[in-house]
Amino acid sequence: MGLESDFDIPVLTTSVEKMVQWARRSSIWPVTFGLACCAIEMMAMSCSRYDVARFGAEVFRGSPRQSDLMIVAGRLSRKMAPALRRIYDQMPEPKWVISMGACASIGGVFDNYALVQGVDQIVPVDVYVPGCPPRPESLIYGIIQLQRKIDQQKLG
Amino acid sequence: MDVDTLVASLQAAVPEAQIEQAPSIDLQTTVYVPRDAVPALARALRDRPEFAFTFLAELTAVDYWPKEPRYEVVYVVVSIANRLRLRVKVRLPADDPHVATVCDVWPAANWLEREVWDLFGIAFDGHPDPRRLLMPEDWQGYPLRKDYPVQIRMTPNASEALQVTEDEFRSNLMKDRLTRGR
Amino acid sequence: MPDIKTEVMTVNMGPQHPSTHGVLRLVLELDGETVLSAAPTIGFLHTGIEKTTEQKKWQQVIPLVERMDYLSAQSNSMAFCLSVERLLGVEVPQRVRDIRVLIAELQRINSHLVWLGTHGMEVGAVSVMLYCFRERELLLNINELLAGFRLFPSYMRVGGLREDLPRGFHAAVVAFLDRFGPKLDEYEDLLTKNEIYLKRTQHVGVISKDAAVAYGLVGPIARAAGVDYDVRKYFPYLGYETYDFAVPTQTRGDVYSRYLVRVAEMRESMKICRQALARITPTGIFAIDDPRITPPPKDRVYTEMEALIQHFLIYSQGFTVPAGEAYVPVEGPRGEQGFYVVSDGTNRPWRVKSRPPSLLACQALERMIVGGLIADVIAVIGSIDVVMGDVDR
Repeated sequence: MGLESDFDIPVLTTSVEKMVQWARRSSIWPVTFGLACCAIEMMAMSCSRYDVARFGAEVFRGSPRQSDLMIVAGRLSRKMAPALRRIYDQMPEPKWVISMGACASIGGVFDNYALVQGVDQIVPVDVYVPGCPPRPESLIYGIIQLQRKIDQQKLG
Repeated sequence: MDVDTLVASLQAAVPEAQIEQAPSIDLQTTVYVPRDAVPALARALRDRPEFAFTFLAELTAVDYWPKEPRYEVVYVVVSIANRLRLRVKVRLPADDPHVATVCDVWPAANWLEREVWDLFGIAFDGHPDPRRLLMPEDWQGYPLRKDYPVQIRMTPNASEALQVTEDEFRSNLMKDRLTRGR
Repeated sequence: MPDIKTEVMTVNMGPQHPSTHGVLRLVLELDGETVLSAAPTIGFLHTGIEKTTEQKKWQQVIPLVERMDYLSAQSNSMAFCLSVERLLGVEVPQRVRDIRVLIAELQRINSHLVWLGTHGMEVGAVSVMLYCFRERELLLNINELLAGFRLFPSYMRVGGLREDLPRGFHAAVVAFLDRFGPKLDEYEDLLTKNEIYLKRTQHVGVISKDAAVAYGLVGPIARAAGVDYDVRKYFPYLGYETYDFAVPTQTRGDVYSRYLVRVAEMRESMKICRQALARITPTGIFAIDDPRITPPPKDRVYTEMEALIQHFLIYSQGFTVPAGEAYVPVEGPRGEQGFYVVSDGTNRPWRVKSRPPSLLACQALERMIVGGLIADVIAVIGSIDVVMGDVDR
């Protein structure tokens, strides 16, 4: 990226890839997929103390067709698994998944018949955020890591 | 009304059944009733003014495997008007676990009985909607029984079953192809 | 007007929906905007907690039951501890009882703040959510002071509490209570006489007194319909009969009445908190003195042999609870709550069943929304304050 000022107007030169990456990472809009207790911490993250809007996740879209990110917040039961896959399939590319909490990452404290032991058995996960529930700061750190990951994603 | 009067009145309300009082260390007076007495007793509990147990607080089951009788269905009812709490228990054998429903007496029992059916396999005769409640509809087995494992190894089902048969799907495809060529 | 052919439309308010408070599926049949029938499907959050508890030792069950109804976490663990202590036949010291009352009432305020925030946001008043969550952060700070964890402190133990109150606890609670009273007046200013809110919530989702009791819906829903049943007054526990508080009721049974009842309950909870705080000494006894149940203090564990053995036994095999069953009802934020605990005399529970007030509220949902508009469905689901973790367990 270069800044030139031979003329009266300053000119920035950069690559298309960097522009696209910057656009993508600065406005990741999540779809509301709060399942259980982690959803409460996700809501707290979007409220005024831990304001995640400053990191680009301005609105939580209700519809998956208008969102980029799916934060699976909470425990995924076997009955809910088809719904999760469906929501993931309805999201347009490029899309990312953050698995929030211990239950979504690995089954959490509940190793039993009713839960899917880790959301990555159903959808591909980009960032795992551990905790039960993770503090809102942890989740924001997860989103920042995702932003770093997007910075490294090539276009072609 | 103290405990002995309550049990005596219960016995008087359903004279043909043998009501057995059990020791209880909490707020609920506990009685065992035989399976056939449940409908009559439920109605008496709700309708008689000295009881007035209009509020069904809890309906659940316990599996005492390998003891016989294996199951116990537990009803906890509360009388708001008379400030009484009662726990009614019904013992059920392992080979034939079923008991009459109390949905017509307490509408709250509808989903509670569905849950007991779902998790224990205890049938409620006369239930208007005997389906699974918490587990997926096509689940095999009754998870809360003592001979059902806690952890199972099963790949999660990430797709829902098709609502049409294979032949219907194929005939729809043919129809599509015929109309789209136009 | 020519004959317009209309047909009944089936709409799925699926498990993933911004306003269903979790994973509830409603299949609605609509005639235009009027709801003709609603079929709720639950079970999308079924976690098998009750089966998992049969494998854990008694103290290990506490984090599990906290995650059942995740908004009234400490009420849950308190109810479980009460049932197990009844089975054990032990009575906790007076100071522990007062601390438990204080924590339960703070948890009630916490849960009602989440309810108010999400309900306001769904009805359209988005700023209410930001305000309520801001006050809630103070309560979560108090939780963090207690045990280092915001949502699920696991501070209650069978036999008392995990450890003594930290330094600065009294000051933190007093600061919260002093700040919260005027803030609650602010929220009421936003909603109580707001014409839009009144139009959206009055005469919506009505349930009558008898129907409420018949459906087992005790708690703020029944109190809004006129039933004054409150476990704290009818079957008092933890010394609630010595506290001075009222149980607010309304008569109409609609969404607006439930709002008024819950806001009044928050004020009553503040009163109880101040009374409880006055009775609690900053340091003192925090668990019963029973060596089988309460681990000894760490300095004794490092120096005395008996204390080391006691510590080892408690943390490796736990304590045994005499055979029997117990169900101690408590008044949670959603109504009567409690754990029916069956023990077979060993160090693991035989059966733990939670009485789910939200399950019964979901069941009665159909009755409350049929005949109304589809926009009212959102208001009603918000007003019955369902927590899907409690419905599905």
